[in-house]
Amino acid sequence: MSKPQNWLKIETTSEIEKIVKVIHHQVKTVLRKKGAVIAVSGGIDSSVCAALCTKALGKENILALSLPERDSSSDSIRLGQQLAELLEIKLYKEDITPILKGAKCYELQLEAIRQIFPEYGEGWKLKVTLPSILENDRLNLSHLTVQGPTGIQKSSRMPFHAYLQLIAATNLKQRTRKMTEYLYADRFNYAVCGTPNRLEYDQGFFVKLGDGSADFKPIAHLYKSQVYQLAEALGIPEEIRKRQPTTETFSLPQTQEEFYFSLPYEQMDICLYGFNHNIPSSETAQAAQLTSEQVERVYKDIEKKRRITLGLHLPPLLIESVDEINDLIQSAIRQSKEV
Amino acid sequence: MVDQQNIQNTVRDFIQKNFIFDTSNALADDESLLGTGVIDSTGVLELIGYLEEKFQMTFEDSELVSENFDSILKITAFLQKKLEK
Repeated sequence: MSKPQNWLKIETTSEIEKIVKVIHHQVKTVLRKKGAVIAVSGGIDSSVCAALCTKALGKENILALSLPERDSSSDSIRLGQQLAELLEIKLYKEDITPILKGAKCYELQLEAIRQIFPEYGEGWKLKVTLPSILENDRLNLSHLTVQGPTGIQKSSRMPFHAYLQLIAATNLKQRTRKMTEYLYADRFNYAVCGTPNRLEYDQGFFVKLGDGSADFKPIAHLYKSQVYQLAEALGIPEEIRKRQPTTETFSLPQTQEEFYFSLPYEQMDICLYGFNHNIPSSETAQAAQLTSEQVERVYKDIEKKRRITLGLHLPPLLIESVDEINDLIQSAIRQSKEV
Repeated sequence: MVDQQNIQNTVRDFIQKNFIFDTSNALADDESLLGTGVIDSTGVLELIGYLEEKFQMTFEDSELVSENFDSILKITAFLQKKLEK
């Protein structure tokens, strides 16, 4: 086994060349579309995808979408604009708040939150968090944290029905964004670029028919640390590269670590790589600066999350297979990789 | 004295009814619920909510560990201890 620090190191020039070539082939030949739509959040993944698509398809064939809603941070909008200017691509901004209001997203959220904190209202903010997986053998139970106008935070374990309602309402945000991306894709005969990295894709950190939907996903094979390497090579602005990965979902700033992974991405990457390559927990522990016991716990959690989120990856299940269509799908998938 | 068998039956019934969708698979009382994925994190929330309501108790965060909830037997022992306090 090579040195731990080299596990995730990639040769960025050849990786970029490969991805650019495949994107061009997938969009133009397999999907037969003129260009690509990418929702930009000011985060590292969407920025890298936008840069890769611009290289692959030409700046005139890329449409970046900024899709803020009531709870979005102003940074997301500003950084998305900055990226579009740098890449010289078109940027359309659509505030999705009115759609979410119409779909009762905020109303349902408020009703769920008030089951736990009845005083929650105007001027309050929230986030949903999980305990760190490293602490002990604690159950992975979501907590709701709210912050009142005075800045004081309160946190409470979420009751089952309130949790389901809050998540269901919140998932409307990702689904509305995707619906809007396809609106523009249809208008311009473009394909929709999905932006998950390998951690998110592997661990099911996406919403079905929301950010999980796309026509192609050019960085789903790359660990998050590798996406950062590409970002640097692609000249993505430092402010985007230094920004903490967030969920862009709740009104209080929230990291992906707090909401889903229970571990910083650098350590999650190493653990996922170790797990995928059957590296003993003691060796991975050294690389990730964790204990063997903690890595064992993370290994188990990786396996568990894969099992639990399998349904997010599955296409609709049929009673009998329709072979004529299956054959076409398999052939297109094979063709998409034959550049 | 709390009836251990009664608690065990209540716990088993709830788990069987809500999480074992394939009824041909009987669940052993010492079988791991969390490790084998019988119950996921959303399911744990549901189970805990049910137990708190059914047994009129509140679980402290420090009690919410897999040692207390990983099997029907462990849940039963934990509840029994808590009820006898």
